[in-house]
Amino acid sequence: MSNDKIIKPMGSKEQVLAAVRGAIKDAVPPSVSRTYSRDLGLDRAGLVELFTERVGDYRAEVQVIDRDELGRVIGNVLADRRIHSVVVPDDLDPGWLTTVTSRVVRDSPDLTHRDLDQVDGVITGSAVGIALTGTIVMDAGPTQGRRAITLIPDTHLCIVAADDIVGTVPEAVARLDATRPLTWISGPSATSDIELDRVEGVHGPRNLVVLILT
Amino acid sequence: MAKQDSTLHPRPGVAFLGMPAFTEAAHIALGDDQLRRNLGRATRTIRDKRTRAVGELEDWQDLRTAAAMIKDRTLADLDRHLEQFEAAATAAGATVHWAADADEAVRISTEIVRAHQGTDVIKVKSMATQEIGLNEAFAEDGINAWETDLAELIIQLGGDTPSHFLVPAIHRNREEIRQIFLDRMAEVGRPAPDDLTDEPRRLAEAARLHLREKFLTTSIGFSGANFAVAETGTLVVLESEGNGRMCLTLPDVLVSVVGIEKLLPTFADLEVFMQVLPRSSTAERMNPYTTMWTGVTEGDGPQELHIILLDNGRTRALADNTGRQALRCIRCSACLNVCPVYERVGGHAYGSVYPGPIGAILNPLLHGVSDEHDAALPFASSLCGACYEACPVKIDIPTVLIEQRAEVVEERADSGRPSAEALAMRIAAWTFADHRRLERAQKVASKAGPVVQHVRRLPGMLGGWTASRDLPPIPDESFHQWWERTRGADR
Repeated sequence: MSNDKIIKPMGSKEQVLAAVRGAIKDAVPPSVSRTYSRDLGLDRAGLVELFTERVGDYRAEVQVIDRDELGRVIGNVLADRRIHSVVVPDDLDPGWLTTVTSRVVRDSPDLTHRDLDQVDGVITGSAVGIALTGTIVMDAGPTQGRRAITLIPDTHLCIVAADDIVGTVPEAVARLDATRPLTWISGPSATSDIELDRVEGVHGPRNLVVLILT
Repeated sequence: MAKQDSTLHPRPGVAFLGMPAFTEAAHIALGDDQLRRNLGRATRTIRDKRTRAVGELEDWQDLRTAAAMIKDRTLADLDRHLEQFEAAATAAGATVHWAADADEAVRISTEIVRAHQGTDVIKVKSMATQEIGLNEAFAEDGINAWETDLAELIIQLGGDTPSHFLVPAIHRNREEIRQIFLDRMAEVGRPAPDDLTDEPRRLAEAARLHLREKFLTTSIGFSGANFAVAETGTLVVLESEGNGRMCLTLPDVLVSVVGIEKLLPTFADLEVFMQVLPRSSTAERMNPYTTMWTGVTEGDGPQELHIILLDNGRTRALADNTGRQALRCIRCSACLNVCPVYERVGGHAYGSVYPGPIGAILNPLLHGVSDEHDAALPFASSLCGACYEACPVKIDIPTVLIEQRAEVVEERADSGRPSAEALAMRIAAWTFADHRRLERAQKVASKAGPVVQHVRRLPGMLGGWTASRDLPPIPDESFHQWWERTRGADR
């Protein structure tokens, strides 16, 4: 492709590597002691409770619901928030949308970023939840879609299966596949750049609604 | 005292080059009441919040130790990790470039933009691209580089330079920001609303609307990386606002400028750094957004990825047996917020992209101490040791400083140049005036071994001050220690 047009300077790689080798010739790699904790020792209910509390601390809306209620709750959330249009990954279970009255756009390759900018919300699943930090990880796997759909619309309704919630960051990293595009989400977009006042919502979705399925 | 903003807030392009050395800059900054108020409040707030975020983890010290050792292990074998990273990233569809210095990194960046006939690029805050002066170089070539982080936008529109890693516009208050938006946004895109107030929420909304247009229309993105995983070729960017996700996801072409010290051996190592970085830097359990990407994924994100591996003095730092540990730095800024010197003078006084205690050691390591800016920096410290205690990767900044002071002295002695380290002198006086600081200095000095002699000689070599008097050597025992030791016995 157009990469061919870029002239790669020969020799810089060798120059940098030679400088590195010269610099570390006497360096001895230390052994790494990993005595930090890997799990919280909580049962499923404990993990769900902690995850719910920690996601809520980021001022996201969180509900723990029964799997059977999902269709109804999604419809209610969209109606309450007056979300007129939502985009969904093309493999999202149609059963989740039975009570939705908003316009539903199924994602497809010809949907442009500008098209996504005209949509109010997005509904997706997720890969992993981290209880200790209230973090949701998306890995572009089933029911998650490509990254742009959870970025451009202003409200993200994200469904987390209770079984996918782990206690700690090490447990989450162990479950993830580095070769997939990963997005870690901890609450809605935020900034503290102006006199350190926290403001929710700059560029990413300003509203995050999390439904935990038990 | 009169404000001398123009001296301390240089315009991009002359930034850092035309800066006065620390000694002089610090005096100017000390006279700027607004700056001191903003900084004082900011550093106190972040410091307190961070103490809570860190205190929540019972295994914090274990995480710190692991983080330091993982970084040391990476650095001790850096050539192998770099080659492994290049192979993995290339296999995943990235094009890897190597840049020995800033000029080369800029040249490669410009060629990539030209190859796509690009006139505009969007950027997520990256210290590496600031370090190489990318925006200024692009401007000379007629390429517009748009910063998208709220603080960076404020800096860019206001025509000055960042003063803090994490909250780069901390020297600006809300009314100043409102005025900058009203005056400048219209010149470069969607104007600020006429009824803009100085409420942070309204200011953020104005930035959102202004930048959304750029996100949707610009086809080339630039970023740095917080981490680069050798095993998998993965790059990682942590952020808060979502502008990072925009820059990393929406453009067709993505260029990431990555310092060679950013490597981690394995993907699993992120389990440590995804804990220590957010808690140390923004004092949160986790930052709002992190993006991890490996090469190119069909149908998702940029379809062309360039990674520029940057040396630019890092191998110089790597060759310094004591100073090497500065390359562990993950740019969290915890050391800035606990530093009594930084709290008073602010980031601009350091005259570098890298301010504060870490900047005081990193700049001389990257460039040497022959330049007056770099030579003054090792003196910009009271050696109180708070930075070491706060550092999530355990960089022993005071010890490195001591060694560098000796280096400066030798360099000055060799060149026969007159030295006028007035600030160094004041800091020395300040150190000696308080027993806790002095004890810390003694502790560090005694740990440093043969360097101690140089440190004792140093003050005696200082220009005019010593013409009329001698500086007392650091006593083996301070009065305070002597009193502590003897008062019981003498009674």
